[in-house]
Amino acid sequence: MSPDRAEAREAPEGRGTAGAQEAARRLSPARVLDIDPLLDDPKTRIVVCCGSGGVGKTTTAAALGLRAAERGRKVVVLTIDPAKRLAQSMAIDSLDNVPRKVKGTEGDGELHAMMLDMKRTFDEVVEAHADPDRAAAILSNPFYQSLSAGFAGTQEYMAMEKLGQLRAKDEWDLIVVDTPPSRSALDFLDAPKRLGSFLDGRLIRLLTAPAKLGGRAGMAFLNVGMSMMTGTLGKLLGGQLLKDVQTFVAAMDTTFGGFRTRADATYKLLQAPGTAFLVVAAPERDALREAAYFVERLAAEDMPLVGLVLNRVHDSGAGRLSAERALAAAENLEDARIVDQADGKAGLRNSPDTYGSSRPPASETAAAAPEEGSPADTERSVDRLTAGLLRLHAERMRLLSRERRTRDRFTARHPEVAVVEVPALPGDVHDLVGLRDIGHRLAAERPEHPEHPEHI
Amino acid sequence: MSAGLVSLEDVSRLQVVSGKGGTGKTTVAAALALALATEGKRTLLVEVEGRQGIAQLFETEALPYEERKIAVAPGGGEVYALAIDPELALLDYLQMFYKLGGAGRALKKLGAIDFATTVAPGLRDVLLTGKACEAVRRKDRSGRFAYDYVVMDAPPTGRITRFLNVNDEVAGLAKIGPIHNQAQAVMRVLKSPETAVHLVTLLEEMPVQETADGIAELRAARLPVGRVIVNMVRPEVLDAADVELVRTVERSSVAQALSTAGLGGARRGGNAEKLVDPLLEQAAEYAERHALEQEQRAVLGALDLPQHELPLLAEGMDLAGLYELATELRKQGLS
Ligand SMILES: Nc1ncnc2c1ncn2[C@@H]1O[C@H](COP(=O)(O)OP(=O)(O)O)[C@@H](O)[C@H]1O
Ligand SMILES: Nc1ncnc2c1ncn2[C@@H]1O[C@H](COP(=O)(O)OP(=O)(O)O)[C@@H](O)[C@H]1O
Ligand SMILES: [Mg+2]
Ligand SMILES: [Mg+2]
Repeated sequence: MSPDRAEAREAPEGRGTAGAQEAARRLSPARVLDIDPLLDDPKTRIVVCCGSGGVGKTTTAAALGLRAAERGRKVVVLTIDPAKRLAQSMAIDSLDNVPRKVKGTEGDGELHAMMLDMKRTFDEVVEAHADPDRAAAILSNPFYQSLSAGFAGTQEYMAMEKLGQLRAKDEWDLIVVDTPPSRSALDFLDAPKRLGSFLDGRLIRLLTAPAKLGGRAGMAFLNVGMSMMTGTLGKLLGGQLLKDVQTFVAAMDTTFGGFRTRADATYKLLQAPGTAFLVVAAPERDALREAAYFVERLAAEDMPLVGLVLNRVHDSGAGRLSAERALAAAENLEDARIVDQADGKAGLRNSPDTYGSSRPPASETAAAAPEEGSPADTERSVDRLTAGLLRLHAERMRLLSRERRTRDRFTARHPEVAVVEVPALPGDVHDLVGLRDIGHRLAAERPEHPEHPEHI
Repeated sequence: MSAGLVSLEDVSRLQVVSGKGGTGKTTVAAALALALATEGKRTLLVEVEGRQGIAQLFETEALPYEERKIAVAPGGGEVYALAIDPELALLDYLQMFYKLGGAGRALKKLGAIDFATTVAPGLRDVLLTGKACEAVRRKDRSGRFAYDYVVMDAPPTGRITRFLNVNDEVAGLAKIGPIHNQAQAVMRVLKSPETAVHLVTLLEEMPVQETADGIAELRAARLPVGRVIVNMVRPEVLDAADVELVRTVERSSVAQALSTAGLGGARRGGNAEKLVDPLLEQAAEYAERHALEQEQRAVLGALDLPQHELPLLAEGMDLAGLYELATELRKQGLS
């Protein structure tokens, strides 16, 4: 939303507060995020969409990918957990873990897309680094199986791994990455390191090389701790499991040690020029709080944030009519109807067409069947509808003002962050047409709403 | 108390609340704990995800790893809360089985505790489910259950089956010994009618899909599925007749009605007339969303489970809102 349009809609609800609202607006002029120059710039090679779960990361990533492709770039989008229908319509639901060209895009560019298969990506890493026998041993190790299926952070680690692979191939001008549906956006940055340091960690070293460590001078005390520990772990986990862990670690280590190094390398890729982070959030308290943490973290890690996509924002074409006035008007209409019914409409209730005398009068008026078409009746149902329209509007205005307050709290804290707002569409986004629409809106290219210049 | 015993069999003593992230698991679990704390009853609300969501919701400071009274329910029941800290739970567990004072500390130094609690969710889950089941089975000196109900704010749908079933895996890995026995005891509770797993959803495509998938997984693992709780349901502002009329109504008659209601002139360019299009557009959006919600309701209906709906609290959540949801759950017979 461009600031002037926001201002035009931000109609003061009472004269008294108008000045204050104006002042507040001038104090926090959120910069507008300009998406197209970012997508068009050949130096932009990676765009990462982060945010807490359910805010629209996957949708945003796919929409950006499509837009960049339709503006002429060769793009690949890595999605993590797309909605089923979206995956089907992009034909990436086959799960073979390689990008597929998406059909039906317009223009000269190309869109490729894939859906991350976490386990398969892990298997690929193993297969790429170990000779076939060793790879087979690792892949069938029960400890490996549980690690690759669901250890905390595996999804994040594998997303980074896949990103590294795609980047290394250098087949695409632009890679757009979606991130896992973690509760916290920070998991994306923290989990790979955590998993990496576990796999490279002291514990694993000790498990795999007790003899070496124990042999060193001055380490005798550690050796005691060590045997106590393997003993303890053995008891705790069962001897077989411990042996599995040891076999696994030994196999992993001798074939391709340095998980931490790999995680660090991808981390560096994220800091490289050419990488751009977008934080996606919904205009809700929790999501924006997460977004704020993330913005702070990115700054601390020297990772380039380009802006915030505020997704699923509500708007109204009748923003000049306040919630309070709309409700008062709805009550006016409803009162008029009650008066109307009280004088002389009793006959309706005894109409032969009604289904039973025990029906409450309210549902009778709702059905309005018996006298449909009579002018009085039509008028009544139009009044009823209009009252409903006004109540709906009041609800919308309240939502809108809550969303604005939440947004303003964020922009006050982070005035440096450029923002683009994407409206909440009434339906889901599940095909290229929907993605294209989101893309237009991300680029702030929206059909103009009729404005309402004077205050009602 | 004898009358109470009968109803204890009807309502499971361990109520597990799962659902897609952000659908309101923590909120619903807390409301359920309040709802179950009817007169003289005591419930324990257990948090396993380490996010201190319960403390936030009840507007208190962060919960320690310790059961403490957090609220009094209408009618005098009590709600206790416990945020399970996996690290402390592991040390407890080691103590329980091995009387490991010093070795526990050594393990900690070597990073084994970190490993077990942060990196290996399998081990962590063993501890979390174990602790919850311990609270379910605990009795006081007089032989009465320490808690009438335990409500767990559980991991999301995508992980819930694995989470609850982890002790099956453990029992398979550790074939004998105290760990094996403990794992089996936990599974006995979790697979019995003493437990019910509820799924929270919204009337949106992805959470509904996840709910359907989650239920299939739970059923396949023979875990007891409880109810579907549809959260954040928006009020019906326009009924079917209104929605129908939105499409056919004369713009001029709506303008007239708006004008009658005091919103300006009904003629072209008048203030009331200018409201007609945007208001009808909002109504059309409402109708579209409503139709989508009805589709999702139908999908949920086909799951063949008892279903409940909780309203969207338009002003956002606070303590008063939480009690409102608890009252609603009671009204709908969830407790
Ligand atoms: N601007 C929007 N308007 C309407 N629906 C949206 C919008 N953005 C996303 N959605 C819908 O919200 C749901 C969640 O979006 P998704 O992109 O999968 O979120 P995330 O990847 O952050 O979990 C999907 O069903 C999607 O179609
Ligand atoms: N019925 C409701 N009405 C309004 N807001 C709700 C409702 N239920 C939950 N919320 C809000 O939705 C957000 C997510 O709820 P939460 O219980 O934390 O979900 P989860 O534990 O599944 O992630 C919170 O901000 C919460 O306050
Ligand atoms: Mg996603
Ligand atoms: Mg929660």
